Amino acid sequence: MATAAELDRPTDTLDAFRQEARAWLEANFPQSLRGKDNAMSAVDGPTEETAEQKQWREAMGAKGWGVPTWPKEHGGGGLSRAEARVLGEEMMRIGAWNPIGGMGVMMFGPTLLEYGNEAQKAQHIPGIVRGEVRWCQGYSEPGAGSDLASLQTFAEDKGDHYLVNGQKTWTSGGQWADKCFALVRTDKTQKHAGISFLLIDMDAEGVETRPIKLISGASPFCETFFTNVKVPKENLVGREGQGWEIGTRLLQHERNSLSGGGGSQGRMNQGEPIVSIAKKYRDVDADGKLADSDLRTRIIKHEMDQRAFALTLRRAALEAKGNAGPSAATSVMKNVGARITQDRAELAIEIMGMQGLGWEGEGFSNEELAQTRTWLWGKAVSIYGGSSEVQNNVIAKRILGMLDHQ
Amino acid sequence: MAALNDEQVMLRDMAREWADNESPTTAFRKLREAAPAKGFDPEAWSTIGQMGWAGVVIPEEFGGSAFGYLSLGLVVEQLGRNLAVSPLSSTAVAATAIAMGSVDGAKSEWLPKLASGEAVATLAIDEGPNHDGKVTTSASGSTMSGTKKFVAEGDGADVFVVSATDGLYLVAKGDGVTVSTRKMADSRSHADVIFADAPAQKLGGTDLTQAIVDRATAVTTAEMLGMAESAFEQTLDYLKQRVQFGQVLSTFQALQHRMAKMKTELELMRSAVEGALEAIDAGRSDVDQAVSLAKAIANDTLRVVSREMVQLHGGVGMTDEYDAGLYLKRAATLETMWGTASYHRDRFAKLNGY
Ligand SMILES: Cc1cc2nc3c(=O)[nH]c(=O)nc-3n(C[C@H](O)[C@H](O)[C@H](O)COP(=O)(O)OP(=O)(O)OC[C@H]3O[C@@H](n4cnc5c(N)ncnc54)[C@H](O)[C@@H]3O)c2cc1C
Repeated sequence: MATAAELDRPTDTLDAFRQEARAWLEANFPQSLRGKDNAMSAVDGPTEETAEQKQWREAMGAKGWGVPTWPKEHGGGGLSRAEARVLGEEMMRIGAWNPIGGMGVMMFGPTLLEYGNEAQKAQHIPGIVRGEVRWCQGYSEPGAGSDLASLQTFAEDKGDHYLVNGQKTWTSGGQWADKCFALVRTDKTQKHAGISFLLIDMDAEGVETRPIKLISGASPFCETFFTNVKVPKENLVGREGQGWEIGTRLLQHERNSLSGGGGSQGRMNQGEPIVSIAKKYRDVDADGKLADSDLRTRIIKHEMDQRAFALTLRRAALEAKGNAGPSAATSVMKNVGARITQDRAELAIEIMGMQGLGWEGEGFSNEELAQTRTWLWGKAVSIYGGSSEVQNNVIAKRILGMLDHQ
Repeated sequence: MAALNDEQVMLRDMAREWADNESPTTAFRKLREAAPAKGFDPEAWSTIGQMGWAGVVIPEEFGGSAFGYLSLGLVVEQLGRNLAVSPLSSTAVAATAIAMGSVDGAKSEWLPKLASGEAVATLAIDEGPNHDGKVTTSASGSTMSGTKKFVAEGDGADVFVVSATDGLYLVAKGDGVTVSTRKMADSRSHADVIFADAPAQKLGGTDLTQAIVDRATAVTTAEMLGMAESAFEQTLDYLKQRVQFGQVLSTFQALQHRMAKMKTELELMRSAVEGALEAIDAGRSDVDQAVSLAKAIANDTLRVVSREMVQLHGGVGMTDEYDAGLYLKRAATLETMWGTASYHRDRFAKLNGY
């Protein structure tokens, strides 16, 4: 697939930056790490960092290029979107990748930059920029999923601190996280206005995580329990009762990055083109074309969807120039992105047949085993970050102005 | 629903009762945990033998009841509802190959044991990860050589019905037969089987191969039907019980219409599946078409229903603790087994001269 970056012809004014980026990357990216980005790390959990990986992360962290468009004063790269795209192109050219990511980068950082006070930014942003602090998202509860505002975890005002009690669930990476940005209830009498946005240390007394096993076999998320956890007042972001506004803003950032709109265009669809997988596993005719015409049609439909999606992301990025940030339109992108991701995985396992449904042991290559897990994991992309159904509700109400029937 | 006779109604109800009481999905989970070498629970298999289900398609003179494929499908459907693990389908279809075959000695040797559940048989047909009808396994005189891939129930089979370039053969486990397990996402028995100058008896020509593959395909769609029905019902139950926004999810019209659409597809699926099984029993000349119709529709419908089961359960649908994932993984395997929807649409087109 042509990425949005490829569709965008670089202009002369960026040449100087391109040279600078190229030189810096060549000097700093350890060649041994070429193409070794672990796409499954978000799913399987972190692995031990090698000396080279550490060196690479620290170099990018110090340069601020892990978060290229964040302001320089907070340790970001201070780049324009166009420059950030050039940086991405140059990284791709040499098989380099961004070692700094996670929820801190994708959602919490941008939200804190918008709503946090100076002390909070100074305290938390550097750790995110350098990829040193892992954040997890304490939103969902057993009774509050799509209906997030019905959350019950309660933070009681104790003067200089809050005392937090309750249970969160589906906390991705909770067992590996250092800190949690959580939505908690500070007022039981009002549904939305009773919610506050609170930062909680995962190693504070009274925080317990229990990993949940997924259908793919991995255990990347947890039930998280808070029992009389003391949280200092200065960890409240924004005003008490402003949590719903801040929390939904963060969800927009989440959707934006999940759809690829956050600068990681094409990334989720990276990998071998489906058609080339098909030519490896399936018959081709005398002209080298796929023999199965039905499959061929469906692969082409997928390819076209992908390209239209890339073009749409590109157009949205251009149209959003000067806008403050992600909007309700990210719901459209999230849904298309989820569908395309799932279509790709379904096509891949169908093409590979039984070879694409291996679980473990002999007879399967690592790529084949990874494909099974990718397929199963991919079923989550239309559930987390606001399910496709909930995005459709957002599209209907906020973009189309259709009435709420509830 | 096909018009069932009294025997069939009894058989179906018995199978449903057994599956619900003795083989709910928790039994599958236990088996998955224990991972026995043969891939099934011998006690359950012997019960199935005693109840006569393995003999449903075996002639009476060899200890069966010769009720036919619609009856077998009814039983397999009930087991499919609960993901019950059993070599019933593979044994029954392999038994048909023996019964339709031309080796009298094999009939008296194997059929009574297969009917009673003393022995397990299976088909060894595919040589690649996809069912594509290609065969390179060859027989010379009374031995055969070749490698068969992803043989369902291959781990526990006592006897194999094997396709070769010139037709169908019977090979007993033993000299010249090597079985190696493949661990698949559905946690069921699949094995690669290598035949190296293995003693073999010829059952019939390539016509027989095709007749048997069609039967195996039809029985597989019956399992898929049971799974789809059950996955659908479980999803419906969940929507009727899960509360969000102060309402049960089943009050949301967006979800109602999706469920209604699936219900419609399920009706078509049932007719197509039963149609294929009835065509087999009636000895009709268009069994091939009926089977391709059933498999293409079963594949599409089970795919939608099993994926929706995960989606509509939300986060819990992604957890190993809930059954949605078990249905999803088995569904993908059965969608692949005996041909994808593409394969069967193409075959259907060719059979109709398109
Ligand atoms: C892999 C994964 C990672 C996650 N990570 C995190 C995390 O780090 N932190 C966190 O807080 N949460 C996380 N979540 C939770 C996620 O946000 C919720 O699962 C999601 O919001 C759905 O909520 P639910 O599971 O309670 O489903 P429910 O809300 O019970 O929904 C069930 C089904 O009903 C549909 N539905 C619900 N309401 C409506 C409606 N009004 N109209 C139409 N359809 C509707 C849903 O779309 C879904 O299909 C994660 C989930 C997954 C699967």
